[in-house]
Amino acid sequence: MSRYRPRTLALELTMIAVALVVGFPVYVLVNLALRPASDTSSPISPTTSPTFDNFTQAWQQGSLGGALGNSVLVTACSVVIVLAVSSLAAYPLARVTARWSRGTYLTFLLGLVLPFQLASLPLYQTMRDMGLLGTPWALVLFYSGLQVPFTVFLYVGFLRALPRDFEDAALIDGCTPLQGFRYVVLPMLKPVTVTALVLNAVAVWNDFFTPLLYLSGSAQQTMPVAIAGFVGQYVTDWNLIFAALVISILPVLLVYFLLQRSIINGFAGGLRG
Amino acid sequence: MTLAPHEQLPDHDRPPDPQPVAARVRRARTAPPWWFALPALLLFAFVVLVPSVRGVHYAFTDWDGLDPDFSFVGLDHFSEMFHDADAKQAIWHTLLIAVSITVVQNALGLLLALGVDTAIKSRNVLRVFLFAPAVITPIVTAYLWRNLLGPDGAVNSLFGAMGLGDWRQDWLGSPGLALWAVVGVTVWQFAGYSMVIFLAGLQSVPREVHEAAAIDGAGPVRRFWSVTRPLLAPALTINLMLSIIGGIKLFDQVYALTGGGPGHATDTISTLIYKDAFTLGEFGYSIALAVVLTIIVAVVSTGQYAVLSRNERAAS
Repeated sequence: MSRYRPRTLALELTMIAVALVVGFPVYVLVNLALRPASDTSSPISPTTSPTFDNFTQAWQQGSLGGALGNSVLVTACSVVIVLAVSSLAAYPLARVTARWSRGTYLTFLLGLVLPFQLASLPLYQTMRDMGLLGTPWALVLFYSGLQVPFTVFLYVGFLRALPRDFEDAALIDGCTPLQGFRYVVLPMLKPVTVTALVLNAVAVWNDFFTPLLYLSGSAQQTMPVAIAGFVGQYVTDWNLIFAALVISILPVLLVYFLLQRSIINGFAGGLRG
Repeated sequence: MTLAPHEQLPDHDRPPDPQPVAARVRRARTAPPWWFALPALLLFAFVVLVPSVRGVHYAFTDWDGLDPDFSFVGLDHFSEMFHDADAKQAIWHTLLIAVSITVVQNALGLLLALGVDTAIKSRNVLRVFLFAPAVITPIVTAYLWRNLLGPDGAVNSLFGAMGLGDWRQDWLGSPGLALWAVVGVTVWQFAGYSMVIFLAGLQSVPREVHEAAAIDGAGPVRRFWSVTRPLLAPALTINLMLSIIGGIKLFDQVYALTGGGPGHATDTISTLIYKDAFTLGEFGYSIALAVVLTIIVAVVSTGQYAVLSRNERAAS
């Protein structure tokens, strides 16, 4: 980096101004969420008599607690399953050059191109026949399959660049292939596992279309559908709606600021693994 | 960015294997078994492959989503699409939104990355701050913006306070503006994502190369064009792929901001798929639209991949 010059200061101030513009919606969000419905002054002027009533009301009336629990459950289960099956599958796909291996890998890559809108309608029927519609397990099953191609792709790319001497040594010393995977390969995959964890967790947590389809009409909700339902119910009561939006954003931002380095690196390195 | 494996593992300088045949035998014996791929393959087949194949099949039938008795209708849905003004409009909107998002988001993302990748003191804070919108649930940011862009919303209030009263608009209620509002909101959310990927690319440019170019008398613009730009090619490839495919599939933002309206002014293929299936019960037609979406995604992504990887090779 070059030295700090007057031009650097000008750039610094410009960038901070840009960041303020980007942050402006968040200011309005918090400002209105803290405001009683009786306060009808301009949305950009600071609230004079802040109150937390909107938050308690939104939390109770929107049953956001249950939605939060479902979101945590669905995200945790899906991500664990996806990481487990994808890393295991990537091991032979990265190491074996036989035709079945290349064919399987290409099949997974095909999944990167297929938009889930194509599969989600016929799968809707299958889920209904299986009695899974309206339960969080429909979502866990869906994401466990949907996220496989991308995750396998990440793992295979990373594994191909890893030397195989360690696993060969472990197998010669008498490990079964599964033990070799568990105790030798998996620990070496830690960096790409963090990336895959971050990208999958954000994708699953934020998805709206799938729970909109598979949970509609049931009491079970994830955070995004609960918010959509809440907006539909309290159409013009924006102070209350904004409180609900803040509640839904808080856990995400909390995790983000705690783990920002891993999260940003995960996104930045995403497709090159 | 994840570390390359060689940065974590000691890289032993081994002499070449004196017994290549024995080594090959050993490799064959210790190769991980095929059934490791089975759980992933079964899940993928159940959730994606089989339903997609069935989807393509349903696109040629009059299936209504419930009735097990349905009949083959051939290309009816596709020829219907050619006469369906809403569908043609939605396809056009989808392409327009995807291209606009791709251009604006990447231009802004690159500018932000260039601004942050300097000697400024706030660069780490800015990176974390500017990326933050990208992790927030899109449906939530879209509802937030629906209020901000309303007639009495904060955007118009801000223009009023700045003496720009003429700029006040019913952003989501005017057919000519709503589509651009959708683009703007999406770019607001994901410009930081593009920035982070460009930043990773910028930081992979060795400083010595910059210094050497500076010593040789290259100014900042020349250094960007001749040194940085070619080395940014991989980051650009990733960014373009992510933003254009994300733009083609865009659903949440449209659903929450405009619901496809006013009229059909912002309907995309994804919103039509949803409406046709779940409010009109026309599953066959809806799936035919999904097939069109699939074809567009496949053509765009393979075409883009071919062009960009050729440029990437030419640049490096």
